[in-house]
Amino acid sequence: MRYSGFRVIREALTGHKGWGHAWRDATPQASYDYIIVGGGGHGLATAYYLAKEFRQSRIAVVEKGWIGGGNVGRNTTIIRSNYLLDGNEPFYEFSLKLWEGLEQDFNYNAMVSQRGIINLFHTDAQRDAYTRRGNAMIMHGADAELLNRDQVRALYPFLNFDNARFPIKGALAQRRGGTVRHDAVAWGYARGASDRGVDIIQNCEVTGIRRENGRVTGIDTTRGFIGAKKVGVAVAGNSSTVMAKADMRLPIESHVLQAFVSEGLKPVIDGVMTYGAGHFYVSQSDKGGLVFGGDIDGYNSYAQRGNMPVVEDVAEGGMSLMPMIGRARLLRSWGGIMDMSMDGSPIIDKTDIDGLYFNGGWCYGGFKATPASGWCFAHLLATDRPHPTATAYRFDRFRKGLMIDEKGQGAQPNLH
Amino acid sequence: MIINHPLLGPRDAQEFTYLGDAALIDRPDGMAYPTPDAAQDAFHDYLYQRANPAGEHRELWYHEQGDRSWLVVTRNTVTHEITAVDLARDVARAQGRSK
Repeated sequence: MRYSGFRVIREALTGHKGWGHAWRDATPQASYDYIIVGGGGHGLATAYYLAKEFRQSRIAVVEKGWIGGGNVGRNTTIIRSNYLLDGNEPFYEFSLKLWEGLEQDFNYNAMVSQRGIINLFHTDAQRDAYTRRGNAMIMHGADAELLNRDQVRALYPFLNFDNARFPIKGALAQRRGGTVRHDAVAWGYARGASDRGVDIIQNCEVTGIRRENGRVTGIDTTRGFIGAKKVGVAVAGNSSTVMAKADMRLPIESHVLQAFVSEGLKPVIDGVMTYGAGHFYVSQSDKGGLVFGGDIDGYNSYAQRGNMPVVEDVAEGGMSLMPMIGRARLLRSWGGIMDMSMDGSPIIDKTDIDGLYFNGGWCYGGFKATPASGWCFAHLLATDRPHPTATAYRFDRFRKGLMIDEKGQGAQPNLH
Repeated sequence: MIINHPLLGPRDAQEFTYLGDAALIDRPDGMAYPTPDAAQDAFHDYLYQRANPAGEHRELWYHEQGDRSWLVVTRNTVTHEITAVDLARDVARAQGRSK
């Protein structure tokens, strides 16, 4: 079924009886050519592009819970490509271009809203760093713009410009950045993949990865053994526990990142804003809630909930930037479990086991990467070669000293 | 979280900074490997590879805003329950290290 304005009108006139399921809830077959473990944004995008762009058949997505119930449902919905390093910027710009055409591509309203993102700076040194970052973005074909203090004041007059420690001196803006309805991304990809014959198997947890002579033969699951020629694991947050079933250790620690939503307010922030000095970021949802977050809690966790000190730290950051939000009540908070890789950058690579592929280590920024991550992982699964924009995301970069240290703070999760 | 310091009693986790897996105590001896490649492999695994379990995890915490001791904390990464806290010094000595 294709969604269209005509269809909406027809359904409105006939009592909305014609809407079917968006995707098939499949039962597992005996074997597949490709099994994607993980029915989140990245896994579903991988299956979608594998079926659509790389014309592969007999694909299954295996998810232990329900699709979109993991990290793609636990983030702050921001998209952007304001990266600095050669290994990163082309990949995230590729992702942003895919976001721009996403809804037309999969015929689903994901509410992609290019409302713009600004990164505030507070010192001359930060201005220099952001100028350099903006130039790097422009050289890679992205858009970037340096705003002075008056331009920022015209956008958001309520900010605390004269903060004694962190006066706002300007901002780096990327007008094409913005937000997306995160659940709709999972649903749209699931629908697109299912329409192209991909089996989406929910409530099916992987309990083992079977190998023979160094080659993957399939996966054991709570719904029985499923044979496969190639298995791609895209379960960020649980990467270590799933890959341990193939006796692999990863350069990854799992940490929790909390996010918060305030009660619904009148429209006040039309874009996305990050506050570099306090590590606070905020946007306003279409329902009016301020969506914001800060740093990770800072120790290994699989708990999907945070601890109070970081709640306090984020609230302090928000108050020092926008004193007016002190009267707003917090409605909800949640904690997403993230793969903190050793250098803060992702991994999309083959493993030493033939037919086993890995996609993870997304750290703070997996959501914005969803389309490109899916595309590049599908490319790797289908062709056994890395996509041109993801050549730097290899396991061996740690061994070779080719880390992609985007934040420039060192090669360990407790530093970045 | 409250960390029950063996010398100072219960302290707020905010006084500590976190390093990671307690296996970081066991730094390889680079001279003890037959080839440079073997030593490189050992250091790669030591520096970058992690078991990262969902469940009981032994990890290093530094009492930066207290007595500046290193602790080995045994904590469940799913429930945040802490079941044991030892001085890292004692743990290293129990493994046969002299200092």
